[in-house]
Amino acid sequence: MTVTAPPAVSRRRRRTDRRPPVFLALPALAGLAFLTLPLAGLLLRTPWGQLPARLTAPGVLDALRLSLLTATAATVLCLLLGVPLAWLLARTRFPGRSLIRALVTVPLVLPPVVGGVALLLVYGRRGLVGGWLDSAFGVTLPFTTTAVVLAEAFVAMPFLIIAVEGALRGADPRYEEAAATLGASRWTTFRRVTLPMVGPGIAAGSVLCWARALGEFGATITFAGNFPGRTQTMPLAVYLALEQDLDAAIVLSLLLLTVSVVILAGLRDRWVGGLR
Amino acid sequence: MRRRVDSLTLVAATALLAAGCATSTSTSTGTGTGTGSVSDGARDGAVAGVTGPLTVLAAASLTDAFTRIGADFEAANPGVSVTFSFAGSSQLAQQITAGAPADVFAAASPATMATVVSAGEAAGEPAVFARNQLVIAVPDGNPAGVTGLADLTRSGVKVALCAEQVPCGAAARTALDAAGSDLVPVTFERDVRAALSKVRLGEVDAAVVYRTDAAVAADEVDAVEFAESAQAINDYPIVTLAAAANPPAGEAFVGYVRSAAGQAVLTAAGFQSP
Amino acid sequence: MTIRRRADPDPVPDPGPAAALDAYLVVRRAGFTLDLRLTVAAGEVVALLGPNGAGKTTALRALAGLQPLHAGHLRLGDRTLDQPEAGVLVAPEHRPIGVVFQDYLLFPHLTALDNVAFGPRSHGVPRRVAREAAAGWLDRVGLTGHARRRPRELSGGQAQRVALARALAVRPQLLLLDEPLAALDARTRAETRAHLRQHLAAHTGVAVLVSHDPLDAMMLADRLVIVEDGRLVQSGDAATVTARPRSDYVARLVGLNLYRGSGDGVTVTLPGGFRLVAAEPQRGDVFVAFPPSAVALYRQRPDGSPRNSWPATVSSVARNGDRLRVELAGPLPVGADVTAAAAAHLDLRRGERVWATLKATEVAGYPADPDRTILGGSQASDGNSSPGGNPGEHRGRDA
Repeated sequence: MTVTAPPAVSRRRRRTDRRPPVFLALPALAGLAFLTLPLAGLLLRTPWGQLPARLTAPGVLDALRLSLLTATAATVLCLLLGVPLAWLLARTRFPGRSLIRALVTVPLVLPPVVGGVALLLVYGRRGLVGGWLDSAFGVTLPFTTTAVVLAEAFVAMPFLIIAVEGALRGADPRYEEAAATLGASRWTTFRRVTLPMVGPGIAAGSVLCWARALGEFGATITFAGNFPGRTQTMPLAVYLALEQDLDAAIVLSLLLLTVSVVILAGLRDRWVGGLR
Repeated sequence: MRRRVDSLTLVAATALLAAGCATSTSTSTGTGTGTGSVSDGARDGAVAGVTGPLTVLAAASLTDAFTRIGADFEAANPGVSVTFSFAGSSQLAQQITAGAPADVFAAASPATMATVVSAGEAAGEPAVFARNQLVIAVPDGNPAGVTGLADLTRSGVKVALCAEQVPCGAAARTALDAAGSDLVPVTFERDVRAALSKVRLGEVDAAVVYRTDAAVAADEVDAVEFAESAQAINDYPIVTLAAAANPPAGEAFVGYVRSAAGQAVLTAAGFQSP
Repeated sequence: MTIRRRADPDPVPDPGPAAALDAYLVVRRAGFTLDLRLTVAAGEVVALLGPNGAGKTTALRALAGLQPLHAGHLRLGDRTLDQPEAGVLVAPEHRPIGVVFQDYLLFPHLTALDNVAFGPRSHGVPRRVAREAAAGWLDRVGLTGHARRRPRELSGGQAQRVALARALAVRPQLLLLDEPLAALDARTRAETRAHLRQHLAAHTGVAVLVSHDPLDAMMLADRLVIVEDGRLVQSGDAATVTARPRSDYVARLVGLNLYRGSGDGVTVTLPGGFRLVAAEPQRGDVFVAFPPSAVALYRQRPDGSPRNSWPATVSSVARNGDRLRVELAGPLPVGADVTAAAAAHLDLRRGERVWATLKATEVAGYPADPDRTILGGSQASDGNSSPGGNPGEHRGRDA
């Protein structure tokens, strides 16, 4: 007895997953292209053959090491100062709060070079604070690695504050009440309840902060100057390389890009989990 | 300064000569000698038929002198409006080779001009119109008591130099090498004006800059001459660009810069004649 | 008493001899004032019962220290926790309290064990010791094995128990529970209620719980305190309160029709002039109450003995179990319970005119004097039988 084959089934499958709508997908793709094409431009122009020689040129790894170090130190500084400030803005009420919040975002709109000049006027040898530091302790800040950290922290802190303030506002203050009723002091509550609950927000803000600090140029070169190994971060090295040698500049940029992308991509999934 | 005489330049020069002849024959005061030489006939700088916008890219150290010259040129040639872009010469050279629209380029070193010429962006042969010598700029009153290069290496003295990638820095390096100095600055600034501003703000005790820059900030800064600067005098070349949108105006401007009127301004600013 | 399943070091120090609560809570808000006297003996469980917005949660927050008093005082034992006039205000973290919140508020980033250990640890107990104690408490609430779970992995009933264990782990002198069963479904609720009852019985300190559900309140508490509009309206054990409701709220809760009027012999005159004939003579300011089932409806005015009868208009008809609740408008607005058959026979519809009758023997009256009620328990001179028999019949159907 022959077994008849089942009739041919129509090829068309039911679409069970919803595709993104065209009016969103198209602009999104355009945005992606806008952001990634310059990277593609860099990659295409990279002198791949010269890469080993250029990467081991003197000063290159110094600049990279300095950049990573100062960006991390700046982020730590931003966390120490910025998280409490964000808490103050999110959880307390005081007169002039909205003004303070606006002032905190000033570094965002200030051209970085102007920021560097402002830092000089305050922390420079003849500055408001710097003058006192110099005469009282013999400490000068400009042209030091510390100055790099300060310049980077100045431009990057608003990112952290905004992210953390947002996270704190979203967190339910009733958990803090619950902690108080269980006998936790305000410090214990902050440490064991508030901070862990806004952890993802802090992490996201830190990532933004670190990335911004890493790329900072204007404030750094104006306030800290430029000296290989001490204040010449990668962006400064790239800028100066550009004066003479486009290829060198491209290689340095690529190095900075690669290192940052690896770190940021690695971080986002494990610790940040998106800007939730 | 390297001189590259090749067929292209020859052709360009001929064309310019012809154009120059054409314009100068139509002027009332022009002597029709073209743009290759100083035209002392155009004393007030007026060149007939020159109008429209003119874009000049010039080295940072030319800021004050060229602004003055530009104003004078506009006064002599109503109808022309001059726009300047001042920055480090190397940066400007980069922009030109990348296609930035401009009519004239005035560089602070022959090396930076050479990059423009070798990229084929120069319309003609660059001419040296000024020379600049280095001085040590110190804050008003010379608090560190600097008298020469030797004082710069004293402990506790903070010195700013231009980065070696820019002309001012290269010249400083030449001078320092000539003096056998082992000076280590606290910073290599990105252009000569940035180095000067560090002195003005009192952040450094001295900076090696051009005499012209120290003159510009004369009220806040003193200039200390040093012998070795004679070893590293920078020639400043100027040229009209091949992609100029307004070649006649460009030529006229170059001519004006090289004329007595222009030279007077430059000398007053502290430049030396070519 | 609870059975200790494992060696229990009991790290949180014993609070000492059990303390009683003496409070006069005054909190002023826009449009609302809480003015509540509350006295609770050690070991007693009191339920604050009342409609939404009555101020129960405000009172609880004031007891916890999350809401400062504007006047009055709050004393626990010989310790003053809040006294505005003397400038004394003890922060929540320094009060010997434990709170079970309505949404439990278990810390989402900590395991159940660490949640329960949080209190002891905040009191300075080392982590390992606190965790052992926490494990003991989890055993006691029947959640052995759930120690490592995060709050989001727990069911509603389990979370409630963890919240209870967390509050009890600090050995509070004052245990506060805010709608502890509100977030649970019916079946879990019954189970958890029984469980909670056990623990409250075992608790040696003062316990105050807030509820809008009278059944929860009656089952868990020794004494009910009815709060309405920020004021204490009635206080007493469940039986008394439901037998002699002193407010519309409680009456509705227990399903009675309640009115207040002026008694002169067996006739009670209500505001508006209507006269009700009650079972026993009354004097002065009195409450009168009768169950909906005591109201009979007729098409025409009936003959016979009912001393109370009046014409009424049907304003609504609704299902009420296997009966129908008919709301009547007229000289005396009442709720009447009728069987479905009777309703059909009468053709009861909105707007229909009917006659309502009420036997005097079913109308209970008792003095409105508030002092009598706060003493709780004994209603000395009413001596009236509770209307319609066992108060249990009239437990709130529409809470």
